[in-house]
Amino acid sequence: MNKLTTKNITVFYDGSKVIDDISIELRQGEIVSILGVSGVGKTTLFNVISGLVMPDGGTVELDGKNITGTTGNVSYMLQKDLLLPYKTIIDNVSLPLIIRGEKKSKAKEYTARYFEEFGLSGTENKYPKQLSGGMRQRAALLRTYLFSNQVALLDEPFSALDNITKGNMHQWYLQVMEQIKLSTFLITHDIDEAILLSDRIYIIAGKPGKITEEIVIDERKPRHKDFIVSENFMNYKKHIIKSLE
Amino acid sequence: MKKKLQNIINKISPYFAIVVILTIWQLLSSTGVVPKYMLPSPIDVVMAFINDFPLLMEHAQATLTEAFLGLTIGTALGFVIAVLMDRFNFFYKSVYPIMVMTQTVPTVAIAPLLVLWLGYGILPKITLIVITTFFPIAVSLLEGFKSADTDAINLLKAMGANRLQCFIHIKLPSALNQFFSGLRISVSYSVVGAVVSEWLGGFTGLGVYMTRVRKSYSFDKMFAVIFFISAISLILMFAVSFLKKASMPWENTKKENY
Repeated sequence: MNKLTTKNITVFYDGSKVIDDISIELRQGEIVSILGVSGVGKTTLFNVISGLVMPDGGTVELDGKNITGTTGNVSYMLQKDLLLPYKTIIDNVSLPLIIRGEKKSKAKEYTARYFEEFGLSGTENKYPKQLSGGMRQRAALLRTYLFSNQVALLDEPFSALDNITKGNMHQWYLQVMEQIKLSTFLITHDIDEAILLSDRIYIIAGKPGKITEEIVIDERKPRHKDFIVSENFMNYKKHIIKSLE
Repeated sequence: MKKKLQNIINKISPYFAIVVILTIWQLLSSTGVVPKYMLPSPIDVVMAFINDFPLLMEHAQATLTEAFLGLTIGTALGFVIAVLMDRFNFFYKSVYPIMVMTQTVPTVAIAPLLVLWLGYGILPKITLIVITTFFPIAVSLLEGFKSADTDAINLLKAMGANRLQCFIHIKLPSALNQFFSGLRISVSYSVVGAVVSEWLGGFTGLGVYMTRVRKSYSFDKMFAVIFFISAISLILMFAVSFLKKASMPWENTKKENY
């Protein structure tokens, strides 16, 4: 059964259509990339799914329940880590639980259990500016996970990192996802990243943005680093480059 | 060795100018270039301060009480106004111009009116201090609220946060830095405001003391009280800096290598 489905989402902005008739689906435990050039409406789509923006047409369903235009159901993570500079890492990460009405001490106690799994041990009482970019993204992902373990929307989460850190983060990410099995929509404009991380890829293109193709990455998980230099990988890449033209 | 010397020079240089000025002043006065009744020497001023110390403390207590009460009310008022202006655009548009206008009226001009309306007690003094101190607080807080990261607010909203939660977790902490800049100004305004209001009437306070010693041409005491007031303002400003450091621990951390 589908975890999350969007049906015929259409959004107008200032009188012009930004995204048109987008129907996509996400199954339990899947990582699905939405790949497209900048300005094609990927973030608008995420704003609709997260409930921040009411679509002009179409619905969003979570576990078969209509959640169109309501927030708090799916978690959202942006390119900027958006860790609050005045809170320690553990306070930042506990924030979704505190927003939900959990007591601060209880929220922190619950959160602390995940620090090791996410490779964040020892950072609990540090402030965000004391951490490197990669570590901050890890904390942001943990916060995202604690916000909702149902569905996560990641909007170019690794694009602000340098290439080497990014490579390490991809490995770390795949490893964590193996354990937590978080159903994820991932926005990216990085073809390699999309192929490496995804079970499926939706290609979004045009003006207004439309889904032009769905590609299944049929490579078993956990994926090895060498996957990105394999022939299979290159074939996927060739295909995607062609369909983005 | 050379570096150490440089370090010492750097540390003492701010005091150097003060020492030079005091020395010249002392010389001018004690050699009789400027007559003593016009300009008392620094030593005379210190002596006057010591002799009148118990009296000065008594007056200072009154002034500080007024300043503290006025500042507290002014800060609370500034906070409420800033929150309302941030929350309701129409409130911002209608109140902001009036607020700016209140600041163009010189305090010395409204102080006598306040005495006429509210008498010689503590009320007109506190009112004056409130009028002068709420403004820096309101403006700096408002700026701080507006500087809050909209993406962070959106993220919290996506988590299902309500307006109050967004305010507590994002807007308020984002405004702390600006708030303390405003408070620093307001603190010194509060002392000056108290003194000015005391000039115009009242029975205790450093302003009253000032008026009395001026009328008796005790310029040494006059200088003593002026320096005393400056010192109080400085100490209070330091206190604000300390408070800021204590309430914003994240500002004092350094980046570590991973």
